[in-house]
Amino acid sequence: MNFAFSEEQDQLRDVVRRFMEEKSSEEEVRRLMDTEVGYDPNVWAQMANELGLQSLHIPEEFGGQGFSFVELAIVFEEQGRRLLCSPYFATVALATNAILNAGTSDEKAALLPGIASGETIATLAFTEPNGRWDADGITMVAREDGGSWVLDGTKMFVIDGNNADLIVVAARTAGTSGEAGISFFTVAGDAKGLTRTALATMDQTRKQSKLEFAGVKATPLGAAGQGWSALSKTLDQAAVCLSNEMAGGAQFVLDMSVEYAKVRVQFGRPIGSFQAIKHKCADMLLEVESAKSAAYYSAWAAGEDNEELPVVASLSKAYCSDAYFHATAENIQIHGGIGFTWEHPAHLYFKRAKSSEILLGDATYHRELLAQRIGI
Amino acid sequence: MDFRDTSAEAAFRDEVRTWLSENLVGEFAALGGRGGPADERGWDTRIEWERTLGRDRWVGMSWPEEYGGRNLNFSQQVIFNEEYAKANAPARISFFGEGLFAPTLIAYGTHEQKSRFLPKIQSVDELWCQGYSEPDAGSDLSNVATRAVRDGDEWVINGQKVWTTLAHRAQWCFVVARTEAGSTGHKGLSYLLVPMDQPGVEIRPLRQMTGSAEFNEVYFSDARTSADLVLGEVGDGWAVAMATLGFERGTAFMSQQLAFQRELREIIEVAQGNGRSKEATTRQDLADSYIGVQIMKYNGMRMLTDLVSRGVIGPSSSIGKLFWSNWHRTLGERAMDVLGTDALLVASEGNGEYELEDFHQIFMSSRAETIYAGASEIQRNIIGERVLGLPREPR
Repeated sequence: MNFAFSEEQDQLRDVVRRFMEEKSSEEEVRRLMDTEVGYDPNVWAQMANELGLQSLHIPEEFGGQGFSFVELAIVFEEQGRRLLCSPYFATVALATNAILNAGTSDEKAALLPGIASGETIATLAFTEPNGRWDADGITMVAREDGGSWVLDGTKMFVIDGNNADLIVVAARTAGTSGEAGISFFTVAGDAKGLTRTALATMDQTRKQSKLEFAGVKATPLGAAGQGWSALSKTLDQAAVCLSNEMAGGAQFVLDMSVEYAKVRVQFGRPIGSFQAIKHKCADMLLEVESAKSAAYYSAWAAGEDNEELPVVASLSKAYCSDAYFHATAENIQIHGGIGFTWEHPAHLYFKRAKSSEILLGDATYHRELLAQRIGI
Repeated sequence: MDFRDTSAEAAFRDEVRTWLSENLVGEFAALGGRGGPADERGWDTRIEWERTLGRDRWVGMSWPEEYGGRNLNFSQQVIFNEEYAKANAPARISFFGEGLFAPTLIAYGTHEQKSRFLPKIQSVDELWCQGYSEPDAGSDLSNVATRAVRDGDEWVINGQKVWTTLAHRAQWCFVVARTEAGSTGHKGLSYLLVPMDQPGVEIRPLRQMTGSAEFNEVYFSDARTSADLVLGEVGDGWAVAMATLGFERGTAFMSQQLAFQRELREIIEVAQGNGRSKEATTRQDLADSYIGVQIMKYNGMRMLTDLVSRGVIGPSSSIGKLFWSNWHRTLGERAMDVLGTDALLVASEGNGEYELEDFHQIFMSSRAETIYAGASEIQRNIIGERVLGLPREPR
């Protein structure tokens, strides 16, 4: 048994941490979140060309480096610390995993090298206006028309939907329900009949879109009607990635709170000497350390691709969601009035925590899913 | 990062399993895994079982070989405890002697002291109790008032200890006493080893809310112990006492989650039997408890990895204590929720009796767990000050 990162993994963390500190400063986050695209194409290119982040866990045969989810988790944790504004989560956690799980060898060979090189920004469109994260939430119907597949309907909350060159879509064949009849398709971002609308997001650091499909021609990805197990696994893997991102953000706001509690003086002494503040920080540390344990363990399970993954993915998503939100809320409280201002970064983390909690299903959803998965 | 056993770990696990399957039989197996160090059910059989463990050096397995130990490393200790819990083996009695006193003795004792006491702990001929808390020294442990003065070749001890688990069963007590007259706080304390069977020691049971009386008050009235039975230097007792607390909060909880998992499984089974498991709030609660016990396991593995690479557990053990005690307390409350109206009834009561079934036992005994071995509030202070580096309380 060994629950530690290797020396190489620690080195990767150092490199990514320095990169994020430099490229995703608070000032830069604020600049990008106020733009419609919400990311910096130069940074995106550097992530691909200098650090190889987009290709990290793509197998070598498809243009990647063949690392595991443990390395990927490190990258997400470091991005989470700095609230990186980037289509990285959509491209790597969602679209890449969907293609890896659902695609045939030929399809992977066609789609993944572009992602690995940073040329292709991709996303996964599966949520709809009903806001559900399960199989029943997918109502978009794919029909065959003269030898090709056509999509009609609306996808919502599509992360970086406006930025994506490649959109992986989950839809179902007419007359099916639940987990049966779900298929994956790919659609180009500029496909005819596709209307993309940027949404006004509560969390400005991660962009979302509404995608309206009106007779959009789509290319099948994987076996028709057999997509649910691949989609379910993709959502579990994405939950693992997001959990690590949340753990990174939670650690960052804890550090912020502790630093402030050491220097802010009231009643003639640092507020961190009062138990009211000290105990909040202690509870935050307990939750942050526990979130990391869960997130790291789930990354290992995802890397092993073992039978534990569904359980630990839901476990990790539920725990990290609550821990991150709690940490960001306490961070505002500990900072007092300044923590409520626009100029202080506390609200950026608070909003990111809430949006991350809701994306892929909130803690309540995942606890229920977990109950089912452990046979309650 | 790899959570599988190494080949050496797997071989050791096999050895433990084989030993347990050959020895945990008959009346020993019938005891089951319930109870704890503060639980006297099946006492005589449990003592016999403990002696069987000691005979084959599973008591004191971490000790150096020259004192009869197996010199096992942390991973092996955790593997032993895991297999022990999985086998549903009886709750251990020698917690205070083997778990708390022995590691302190190995760290601070002289060769003579180790040779005198360790074999008797291993053979389970001598049990120990912990003389720390006093009526005015609870969370503020350094406020102990029990005094010890030298009289020729002996220390003469006067004062009162409280919450002394199993004092009525123990042959020895490790006592924190003030040996420097007029001293206050951490200074002037010594860590004395005091025999319990003498006229100057009086033990009065303290009945708890659970109805049973594993705790005691211990009164020292001119009690005596030999001058050489001080652990560490005279006047340096605080450091020794703190080392013991480190062991108390340390590795023990790493395998505790296995017993907790079993309790949770039993609660889930009851919920499935009475239909509560179909209710959304109960499902949320049970899933949340499951998440907690798994995270306890992950945290334990991370801490163990740290321990193996750095050799010390440090104040982060406070996180473990805070986590498990709160988790278990909530589990007890949820067990009552699952029972519904069945929670209104106990096994028996009246005429001086008050006996609890297992779920009620969890519900009530867990109220002590967030208090003993450093209350949750003290753990939060330790985490805040020693892990996060926040300024100390004005004292």
